[in-house]
Amino acid sequence: MSVTAVQAAQAMSPLLPIALLAPVVAALIIVFLPKEESKTIKIVAALGTFVSLAISLYVFFAYNRTVGGPQFNLTLPWIKDIGVTLAFGVDGISLPLLLLTNLIGFSAVYSSWNIDKRVKEFFVLLLILITGVMGTFIARDLFIFFLFYEIVVIPIYIMVIIWGSTKRVAKEYAGMKLTIYLLMGSAFLLVALVMLYLKAGGQGNPTFMFDELARRQNLYDPNFQKLAFGLMLFGFGSLISMFPFHSWSPDGYAGAPTAVSMIHAGVLKKIGGYGLIRLGVMVLPIGAKFWAPLIAVLAVSGVLYAAFIALAQKDLKYVIGYSSVSHMGYVMIAIAALNPTSLDGAIAMMFAHGVMSALFFSMIGFIYEKSHTRNIADLGGLAHQMPRLAVGFLLAGMASLGLPGTVNFVSEFTIFMGTIKVFPVPAILGIAGVIFTAVYTLRVIANVLFGPRRPEWDHLKDLRGPELVPLVIFVFVIFATGIIPNLVFGLINSGVTSSGLAKVLETLGQAKIGGLF
Amino acid sequence: MFTQMHSLYESAWVIPALPFLSFLLIAFVTKRSKGLSAAISILAILTSLALAIAIVLGVVGSGAEIVEHPAVVNVNWLDIQGLTINFGTLVDPLSTMMLFVVTLVASMVQIYSVGYMHGDRGWSRYFAYQSLFAMSMLGLVISTNLLELFVFWELVGLCSYLLIGFWYHKVSAREAAKKAFITTRVGDFGLLLGILFLYGQFGTLDFAQLAQAMNANLQGLVLAGGVSYITLTTFLLFTGPIGKSGQFPLHVWLPDAMEGPTPVSALIHAATMVVAGVYLVGRMYFMFQHAAPSALEFVAGIGALTAIFAASIAIAQDDIKRILAYSTLSQLGYMMFALGVGALTASMFHLMTHAFFKALMFLGAGSVIHALHEKQNIWDMGGLWKKMPITGWTFFIGVLAISGIPPFAGFWSKDEILAAALHNGHPIIYAVGLFTAFLTAFYMSRLFFVAFMGPEKKENHPHESPYWMTVPLIVLAFFSVVGGLVALPTHNFAFFVRDYVNLNGVVALKEFEPEGLAWGLAGISVLAGLLGIGLAYMTYVRQAIQAEAVVAKFPGVYKLLKNKYYIDEIYLWLIHHIMDGLAKVLYWFDIYIVDGIINGLALITRGSARGLRRMHTGQMQTYALVFFFAVVVIYLVYTLGEGQFAALNPLAMLGGVK
Amino acid sequence: MNFSVGLSTYLLVGAMLFCLGLYGLFAKKNVVAILMSIELMLNAVNLNFVAFNRFLATDRLIGNVAALFVIVLAAAEVAVGLALVIAIYRSRQTTNVDEFNWLKW
Repeated sequence: MSVTAVQAAQAMSPLLPIALLAPVVAALIIVFLPKEESKTIKIVAALGTFVSLAISLYVFFAYNRTVGGPQFNLTLPWIKDIGVTLAFGVDGISLPLLLLTNLIGFSAVYSSWNIDKRVKEFFVLLLILITGVMGTFIARDLFIFFLFYEIVVIPIYIMVIIWGSTKRVAKEYAGMKLTIYLLMGSAFLLVALVMLYLKAGGQGNPTFMFDELARRQNLYDPNFQKLAFGLMLFGFGSLISMFPFHSWSPDGYAGAPTAVSMIHAGVLKKIGGYGLIRLGVMVLPIGAKFWAPLIAVLAVSGVLYAAFIALAQKDLKYVIGYSSVSHMGYVMIAIAALNPTSLDGAIAMMFAHGVMSALFFSMIGFIYEKSHTRNIADLGGLAHQMPRLAVGFLLAGMASLGLPGTVNFVSEFTIFMGTIKVFPVPAILGIAGVIFTAVYTLRVIANVLFGPRRPEWDHLKDLRGPELVPLVIFVFVIFATGIIPNLVFGLINSGVTSSGLAKVLETLGQAKIGGLF
Repeated sequence: MFTQMHSLYESAWVIPALPFLSFLLIAFVTKRSKGLSAAISILAILTSLALAIAIVLGVVGSGAEIVEHPAVVNVNWLDIQGLTINFGTLVDPLSTMMLFVVTLVASMVQIYSVGYMHGDRGWSRYFAYQSLFAMSMLGLVISTNLLELFVFWELVGLCSYLLIGFWYHKVSAREAAKKAFITTRVGDFGLLLGILFLYGQFGTLDFAQLAQAMNANLQGLVLAGGVSYITLTTFLLFTGPIGKSGQFPLHVWLPDAMEGPTPVSALIHAATMVVAGVYLVGRMYFMFQHAAPSALEFVAGIGALTAIFAASIAIAQDDIKRILAYSTLSQLGYMMFALGVGALTASMFHLMTHAFFKALMFLGAGSVIHALHEKQNIWDMGGLWKKMPITGWTFFIGVLAISGIPPFAGFWSKDEILAAALHNGHPIIYAVGLFTAFLTAFYMSRLFFVAFMGPEKKENHPHESPYWMTVPLIVLAFFSVVGGLVALPTHNFAFFVRDYVNLNGVVALKEFEPEGLAWGLAGISVLAGLLGIGLAYMTYVRQAIQAEAVVAKFPGVYKLLKNKYYIDEIYLWLIHHIMDGLAKVLYWFDIYIVDGIINGLALITRGSARGLRRMHTGQMQTYALVFFFAVVVIYLVYTLGEGQFAALNPLAMLGGVK
Repeated sequence: MNFSVGLSTYLLVGAMLFCLGLYGLFAKKNVVAILMSIELMLNAVNLNFVAFNRFLATDRLIGNVAALFVIVLAAAEVAVGLALVIAIYRSRQTTNVDEFNWLKW
């Protein structure tokens, strides 16, 4: 490839900060709108997220895969004394997640289209939430990453306790549990980050940049790596709801309003996996290698455990909540396998699960909004009254159980391919989880959508107008990327191979480092 | 000539693409127009049929050339580090045969459906699913590698699920659909594992490359316990076909699948999808040849067990579709054990003929059900022979074909399987097969005699079905009669679809040897068939033997057969008590132990806060006093302890940071 | 005995004044008395400022300026403090700080 191509790819670009600011601007405009103008508020929110979506789509297709590495960079020194840089940029690892964030953010606005309680505040918080999540994925600086991560927690708490719903647990309890759990995780994370920062800057020239931290690996001795990775594992692990730190997730999703469930299950969780790859594996490979067997065991326990519990659920959102715990187990085992194939699979799985769970939560949100119940036993035969919703629900279910043709299948297959040689027994058990996934998904589909027509639901209206937006977007993405997997896998692969990750993994594979067991 | 044909083979992708296009068109454009939906769907599949026939003619014309050099086209599908998968089309005699069978049966079924589904609310949806199924099945048969095959394998499973549950307002249909999906999923688990193991070992899933790689090196691939890697993988791969082709013990879904519309049963659950498992084993046959003999013996054993097991159940069933379903299971068992005894050719031959006559009989049954307004119990029928002559005659042809009466199609293929079993040294399998042939002839003619010949019921007002339905019956009947003649005169079918042979670790296609029919063996199997028909005739037409008396003599056996050996009950018990029980236990564990620990931590925090709260008096003066003394202490530390206490300086920890 | 009024004398007086104020702050129960004690402490500091300026930096006025600042600040503080005291007295009919315990709920 020519030098000019490389230069063009790595040139400064203000696109990402613009994408980041678009929802903020929309939120500011909404602040100044009178609260009665709920239609205008929704339109402004949709516009703001659409700008971000359009930019991230452009970036997705304009990203030069042969050059690889961070592109669309914007680097400004910020706090020079402690080495904080305002650095934005994306590579093959973060770009799919950025796109995912904006897909879900845009659709979440439409999933909340019928909201009528404190509309103004809701959309302001939603837009801040989207900004926060987006920021974590485009940050190339640890400090900025952590900053955005903390921004995310606040709107979530408020949204759950105001717009949430009380079922098995009170929404206040759910919101509190969610928030405290995440804050606990982030506290451990903060310790790890500070340790890492001190270690990396110990000989002067302090830095928070991801690439720079990864480049100074010779400064981190094995014991330090094990400790720091352990702390990160707890922090990011509880964020990605790794067994046994998962119990916030079903309760939290059940309590949260639809849009929050979508964003939370869809992308926020993925910050955990993303952080583990970006910080854990790339910066602390020896630590990762040390903890890998434990992660694999916990991950596969999570897969089976959550799949079984999903079987016993009566509330729709709990089923999906536990299913997302189960699916995240696949991501974790893939990270533990520490090879390029499995990491490709892990990132793709995060993307695939994000789209799938957002579709699922969006459909459940509409069911709940229209019927005011999520109790599976009370529902039934909804395909008669709401055929379009049934299609969305069915396709989400099919994606959830990894049907070929959906991107979920390709990512699961990639994960299995990457893990089976490294951890044969956990991998086989994990694959067995596919059967139980099919059981609970099909049960839910059968009991909610099919069966005799129930007259009490005859008043329900099918999806129409703006309500169709999430359905169309997600179904299109699931199948487009499932039928042409290179679309997203090519990008991820370029991210994994060009970011130095592959090289780290290669040296790890050759080095004889004792594992935990 | 050959190059021209090659461009035809390379456009084989059009065959599945057309139904897919029709699916998209129906789903997004013509959903509201019933006529247009059906027209598009049928047009697409007929065009595919024409293309398939062109390919058949091309293959027959190419002769030995195509047998040795299949036409393969590959396009990259997934390319990441450590995993490269291509999608492509493979045209060889085997896939050509499947293309022809699938397009023929699918187009007949779709034409038939125009009559059968008349007035159904889900008309467009039905044709959309039919098109999607045709696409998936055709994609499956021309796959060039295992993953591509697996993708379509799952997609046909999806279509089967959707079509079984087509009348989703019926609880039974909904449950049957779910059961079918989950049961086959269990098998797919093994298949997926097998695929992963294969890729892990050989780095490719392409059939041709796998065959080469296995010939190249198989030494040193021994796992613990002397089981070779290949043998293990073979067993794993075979679980897929056990699920899909309804072999024991995963056969339970197929009879329930009869809840779907009858044309669907004919197409998916008799002629095409369920034979995908047989086809997969046929495709991967080179690997079974490489594996230890136990692998093929296992295939033969499962096949024979399923054959006789399902046939015995079929005797005691009363529902016309269920009898046919168990018969399908039994015939699938036949194909499996044919593969197990090393007769790939015979198995594929039977696959083809079975597709013709079983689809015919299902469609005939559909015609009867249609005429009797959804009555399915054969004892509620009777006397249909006169009222429905076309259905009656074609069904009769089907019965003769499945009973192995010459010159109908079933005779040739079934006879060849039995001959191969004996010839290759499996006398027990041969005996089981022969007895199954007798049972098959018996229950099939029982069905025929009771439903068509029995006394007329006056509450029924049957009339012959419309042409939409009878024309496909006639076409399929035609193939049921002549389908077996491709074996004449010197077994042309075996020339194209060849057996494999393992010579010192190198598996290759067998040289073609023209062979005639073993007339002695054929005579025995024909005799078995005639015996079965005769017994049914004596019992149900002449009533020389009282069926009730026989039942009364063996009440236990009858009950066991009637209840399908209680396999469903055992599975239900396992699911409800073991699986759901475990789910409940784990949920309890999650709420009270995992979450209990979390909530316990929160309680400890709150409890300690409640205790520590007492230290706060709320008196500003007290706070100020504490503050003052703290300042004094800090001052003392910093001034008096210069040097000793420097380590305590929190700022010093930040190193170079000022 | 050679006694001269030097820097240390002023500092000593300042320290004594400060300690008196501190004692009053901790020991007095009447809120007005506490305010007065604070005033005493502030003036002790003022004394130090002025003394330091006189003996250590005669050419500049920084100590004096600081003392002026403190005086202004003290005036403001007394104004706010007394306002608070009056507000509290109106609602509680007391100036006893022991009863000012709403920080504890």
